[in-house]
Amino acid sequence: MQEFAQQTLSGIASGSLFAILALAIVLIYRSTSVLNFAQGEMAMFTTFIAWSFMTRMDFWLAFALAILVSAAIGAALERLVLRPVEHAPALNSVIVTLGLFTIFNGLALWIWGAQPKGFGPFSVFKGDPICTADVCIGRLNVGILVVSFIVMALLYVLFQRTRLGLAMRATAENRLASQLVGIPVGNMLTLGWALSAGVGAVAGVLVAQSVSLTTSSLFAILLYAFAAAVLGGLNSPPGAIAGGLIIGVSKNWAATYVPSEVGNVDLTLAFAMIVTVLMIRPTGLFGRPPARRV
Amino acid sequence: MLSLRDVHASYGPVLALRGVSIEVPTKGIVAVLGANGAGKTSTLRAVSGIVHPAHAGHPGCCIVELDGRRIDRMAPEKIVQLGVSQVPEGRQTFSEMTVLENLQLGAYTRRDGNGVRSDIDRVFGYFPVLGERRRQQAGLLSGGEQQMLSIGRALMARPHLLLLDEPSLGLAPLLVREIFQIVKAINEAEGLTILLVEQDAKAALAIAQRGYVLETGRVVLEDSAERLRENEAVRRSYLGY
Repeated sequence: MQEFAQQTLSGIASGSLFAILALAIVLIYRSTSVLNFAQGEMAMFTTFIAWSFMTRMDFWLAFALAILVSAAIGAALERLVLRPVEHAPALNSVIVTLGLFTIFNGLALWIWGAQPKGFGPFSVFKGDPICTADVCIGRLNVGILVVSFIVMALLYVLFQRTRLGLAMRATAENRLASQLVGIPVGNMLTLGWALSAGVGAVAGVLVAQSVSLTTSSLFAILLYAFAAAVLGGLNSPPGAIAGGLIIGVSKNWAATYVPSEVGNVDLTLAFAMIVTVLMIRPTGLFGRPPARRV
Repeated sequence: MLSLRDVHASYGPVLALRGVSIEVPTKGIVAVLGANGAGKTSTLRAVSGIVHPAHAGHPGCCIVELDGRRIDRMAPEKIVQLGVSQVPEGRQTFSEMTVLENLQLGAYTRRDGNGVRSDIDRVFGYFPVLGERRRQQAGLLSGGEQQMLSIGRALMARPHLLLLDEPSLGLAPLLVREIFQIVKAINEAEGLTILLVEQDAKAALAIAQRGYVLETGRVVLEDSAERLRENEAVRRSYLGY
């Protein structure tokens, strides 16, 4: 029982990482209908930028600066790279984001080299694990959870409680109608990418606290994040969070309770679960099909 | 108030408008009639800035003037700010949002929170059913209710000129008459100028003062609504008797 609780708790902690990157994917998909395959590599790239900053200045300052730089990169990508293929068939933008994937990977390798970068954990995340009678959780994991929830709360307020958020949702839903009510649609799309890249940077920096940073260290997490986004429903931010946590926990359970002779099944199990969910609910756990009266 | 002069427009290689000239007087209702593909929607889009009028071999063409001011090169959001609202074909409500959110979005260009709130009540006054469903998702409304919402949303911008694209589409005749009566009432009560595009010529000519008939992107007939109702060709092609 104690082990179960412990595994669940650390599953939630690692799941919150998938959740936050899944959130970045959902943000772009919702606002622009582009599935950004380069999300993980963009996060990786901006994490390197964060690392460069952090070797020179205080952690939080560097963190904030990295988020801003990432947002600027995201905005520039939308304007310069995605905008020209906006009216082309959907497959074109898929290919473009795949291209971005390899470009960011190559660029990071070129600038920062293949040598792993030791990253943290930084002082705020250091220290003895926090324990109750049965279970312990590392301070880093607590930090990741707290930061994830702050990001989610901010996004919730933005989308549900502000005029700008309402306009972004409108743009995601119906571009023509948004233009006709006077929303500068292009700016909303740019903002969507900026926001998503910023969230990606948060995810990257958090991930890099526990693994050493290389050009491939976010790839596995990206895979889980995509799975989480699909599981939760590609157009639902709360779904991305739920999906991330579910995958984190079930992955941990699988690693603990499936006998090791069977082999390493955590990835397989996670994806088997997704397939099952999608068979029953094709729009994902929280995804909504467009409302239509029959 | 609005004047289109020799407006050409195309979607890629497809010519949609080949020289359309229309005058809409202040506080008037002008109807544009025509079959599918005649260029009715394109005409409205050329006004609202969704399509920028152009003609490669004819650089002097294409003037859209609002109160004497050229708007044919402006972005759609600028044109909304100048007081032009469009009710698009097929209603185009934000179907996943509530009725209230749709109306709030209609007021996107405005900054006066109190005015917006009282205008929402004004729209509920014209369309009481929307008030009853204010928390409902727009996608779950009936076709007629969605049309009312689309008109209400356009009114939320406090326009001087309302562009209405086929409000009768897919609605029962009784409902069409009801909606047209409300449009007429708004025109009279608020002095709102209306450019109305319709296939239902009978309903449109019943409230308009002037009408234009479009065929394959050109104006082929222009007259007072009264005379158009009596016109032999219009009667046979669009009124069906």
